[in-house]
Amino acid sequence: MNLNATLIGELIAFVVFVWFCMKFVWPPLNGAIEARQKKIEDGLAASDKAEKDLELAREKAAEELKEAKTQASEIIEQAKKRATLIVDEETTRGQQEREKIIAQGHSEIESERNRVKEELRQQVATLAVVGAEKILEREIDQAAHSDIVEKLVAEL
Amino acid sequence: MAAEEVTLSSHIQHHLTNAKMCSTDAGLAFNKACADSGFWTWHIDTLAWSIGLGLIFLWIFRSAAKKSTTGVPGKFQCFIEMIVELVGDNVRDTYHGNSKLIAPLALTIFVWVFLMNLMDLVPVDFLPAFAGFVGEQAFGMDPHDVYMKIVPTTDVNMTAALALGVFILMIGYSIRIKGLGGFIGELTLHPFSSKNKLVMAILIPCNLLLETIALVAKPFSLALRLFGNLYAGEMIFILIGAIGLMQLPLHFVWAVFHIMVIVLQAFVFMMLTIVYLSMASTKSH
Repeated sequence: MNLNATLIGELIAFVVFVWFCMKFVWPPLNGAIEARQKKIEDGLAASDKAEKDLELAREKAAEELKEAKTQASEIIEQAKKRATLIVDEETTRGQQEREKIIAQGHSEIESERNRVKEELRQQVATLAVVGAEKILEREIDQAAHSDIVEKLVAEL
Repeated sequence: MAAEEVTLSSHIQHHLTNAKMCSTDAGLAFNKACADSGFWTWHIDTLAWSIGLGLIFLWIFRSAAKKSTTGVPGKFQCFIEMIVELVGDNVRDTYHGNSKLIAPLALTIFVWVFLMNLMDLVPVDFLPAFAGFVGEQAFGMDPHDVYMKIVPTTDVNMTAALALGVFILMIGYSIRIKGLGGFIGELTLHPFSSKNKLVMAILIPCNLLLETIALVAKPFSLALRLFGNLYAGEMIFILIGAIGLMQLPLHFVWAVFHIMVIVLQAFVFMMLTIVYLSMASTKSH
């Protein structure tokens, strides 16, 4: 139990062990722990940031979707309006066309009727002249009485 | 010699005696031949076990350090890093200076002292009996003349060496941080001080006496606390080991209790080392 040279031996051993620990054991272990802590910290920060970004992106997407919907409904509205407009225009145009066609038809009919009337008048005149010729036989000088016949024809 | 009766007290005495080595005029001598060799006696069992355990500590931690990565650590690495973090946290909490030495010092003390204390849990008769057997068979010695104390911390030389190392560091840190004048001032100008120069001259010796005692008491308490706890624990193991078959339950109970003691004493030694060095490196006054 007495103090003796063992003390010196143990002191030397102690110094050597502490020195070795200080040089070759503590720095790498502590360094690894600290580096890992840093890594985990960075990782957590990155995941936080990613989460925030995701949230932001989601919000943005929702906003854009909303905008797109409004735009779509606007477009549909416009299209409807335009469709009504086109239908109205076409209807008006159709009616006009119809009226025009009808008017044309009327005028065609009118001119046809006039032509037929003229033709008829000619034929009646001819017929009247032929009839008068037959009635009066040769007595009637065709040249002398043609003005009477003309008058007759004009009266028809 | 072999027929010499083994009494309880001689059995205990045998267990509590270190294997000694010393050099005499006739060359190296061992054990009883070293009875009066004075200071230059070496406790070869203490030296061998403590240095062996210290090397085991360094080997384990060095192999963890070599494999250390910043990636996912393995279980072994986690375990080692847990110890490193325990020590590192305590050092950071207690020691506020900037020193590259304190943390590895604390780690060495904690693990080394723990491993040495751990030897206390090896049943007391195993290794001494084995050593006696080897001594008898291989060297033709009387087994009663073969001594083997396997718990280095039950040797006051071991604990005193640790405490002395810490004490030297305490003084070194004091002088390095406060300067030689600051260190001497701390020893002489407190706790009593006076503005009157004559009164101060009387107070200085009182202060020196008090502060020196306070300073020297630190390594003493460090060394003797660890030694006393482990020596007493070992003693009780030996006593329990001497009472025959009934020792088994008793031994179990005491060993379980001792698990706490060995960790606690290693931790206390480490903490006090940090605290003392922290005190030495802060200008308290």
